Amino acid sequence: MTATLERRSATHLSPRLTASTAARVLRQLRHDRRTIAMMLVLPSVLLGLLYVLWKDLPTLPGQPGIFDRVGLTMLGILPFVVMFLVTSIAMLRERTSGTLERLLTTPLARLDLLLGYGAAFGIAAAAQALVTVAVATTVYHLDVTGSIWLVVLIAVVDAVLGVALGLLASAFARTEFQAVQFMPVIVLPQVFLCGLLIPVDQMAGWLQVISHLLPLTYAVKALQEVGSSATATTAMWIDVAVVAGAALLALALAAATLRRRTN
Amino acid sequence: MDAVTVTDLVVDRGRRRVLPGLSFAVPAGQVTGLLGPSGSGKTTLMRALVGVQVVRSGQVTVLGEPAGSPGLRNRVGYVTQAPSVYADLSVRENVRYFASLYGMGPHEADAAIADVGLSDATGQLVNDLSGGQRGRVSLACALVGSPEVLVLDEPTVGLDPVLRVELWEKFHALARAGTTLIVSSHVMDEAGRCDRLLLLRDGDLLADCTPAQLRVDGRSDDLEEAFLNVVRAREEVAA
Repeated sequence: MTATLERRSATHLSPRLTASTAARVLRQLRHDRRTIAMMLVLPSVLLGLLYVLWKDLPTLPGQPGIFDRVGLTMLGILPFVVMFLVTSIAMLRERTSGTLERLLTTPLARLDLLLGYGAAFGIAAAAQALVTVAVATTVYHLDVTGSIWLVVLIAVVDAVLGVALGLLASAFARTEFQAVQFMPVIVLPQVFLCGLLIPVDQMAGWLQVISHLLPLTYAVKALQEVGSSATATTAMWIDVAVVAGAALLALALAAATLRRRTN
Repeated sequence: MDAVTVTDLVVDRGRRRVLPGLSFAVPAGQVTGLLGPSGSGKTTLMRALVGVQVVRSGQVTVLGEPAGSPGLRNRVGYVTQAPSVYADLSVRENVRYFASLYGMGPHEADAAIADVGLSDATGQLVNDLSGGQRGRVSLACALVGSPEVLVLDEPTVGLDPVLRVELWEKFHALARAGTTLIVSSHVMDEAGRCDRLLLLRDGDLLADCTPAQLRVDGRSDDLEEAFLNVVRAREEVAA
């Protein structure tokens, strides 16, 4: 009787199975030193490129420098892009190596698998964000009015959004070529419309509507709040909640679209 | 007592009908060989048994439940033809991960690694192993769950003869302990090692019998020849 009950619950969500899956993904990362190094260093290097690009540009008195504005936004965009790519490839590998099919015959629930990925890459993103924020604020003198811990938090939530969308996109990718091209399809429009290139309120009305439907816009708004006010504002927390909610929604959709039976 | 019953199973892959309506039963606690040439539908049938294949119609019942139902997932083990393990993890890390999914610990993981003869390679990355070794890691990842039904798709391909014999001994030991094994192969010399045989050709079941019975029906002590005789007899009837 107990055995039956235990087995019935086997494919329901299990924190233990989520944790062991996250640990497994992190172990895979640990064996890939170069990926770890790139994950930790690459955003700082790219940010440095922007820093030297703009550092001697004159700024209007009373206005934040262009690097302070763009650099801060980039702290949200870079982890989103990197984690989207890493996750799409990781999931595609899981599919082509046959391990996904095998996992689907075990007691692991589909959402356990996806949450495991989310947790593992979320942890990786936290390490990445700590390094990038530390380098940006010290080496590149990035000016943040609010707490840099909030910047780290937003970067991590953003990375988790990238993971969730990457997992969702990979459910639709049948080949490596398709998976790679989901990057421009899903990521670039969000980057164009998030308020990085021009402020959202200066966009055409219908573009504003689209912008407000895209989760990355809220991450950028949250970062701008931290950049301009010394204390955490309610508006910022709402924006962070929207991003987190979008990530959870994408994970749930990814679990729903992951088919146990295939042809 | 039958561990698996299949009734009127029809499976299409793309536009091709791979299984046109199979019916058979697999007795519990035996090694049943699923034999047939490449392309005969063995893998498709095995995928249907573990519940990852879209089926058009028919019933597949495993241990009294529909194949693939949640209650079966820690009672049925599946080893795919190509080793499905993580190449960027060590042998131990792979087996421990799958152990954790079945609610087993490091102890059982080490035992499963020993069972497939890889105790000397536990710390090695799967990527650095030979093809045969990779297959054994894949097998260990299924054994570690102590499944009641074990579905193995060509588990001995690419293995040296000594290891092959060892694995077959292992399969029979598992069967004696009550495990039901369904093992596919395309080489007939392995048919003699099975308790029962299912001979598949173009999705049709040509024979469902013991090796001894096949020798009688195929009028040859050589199973390969007996199989060919059964195929020819069938074609003559059809013609």
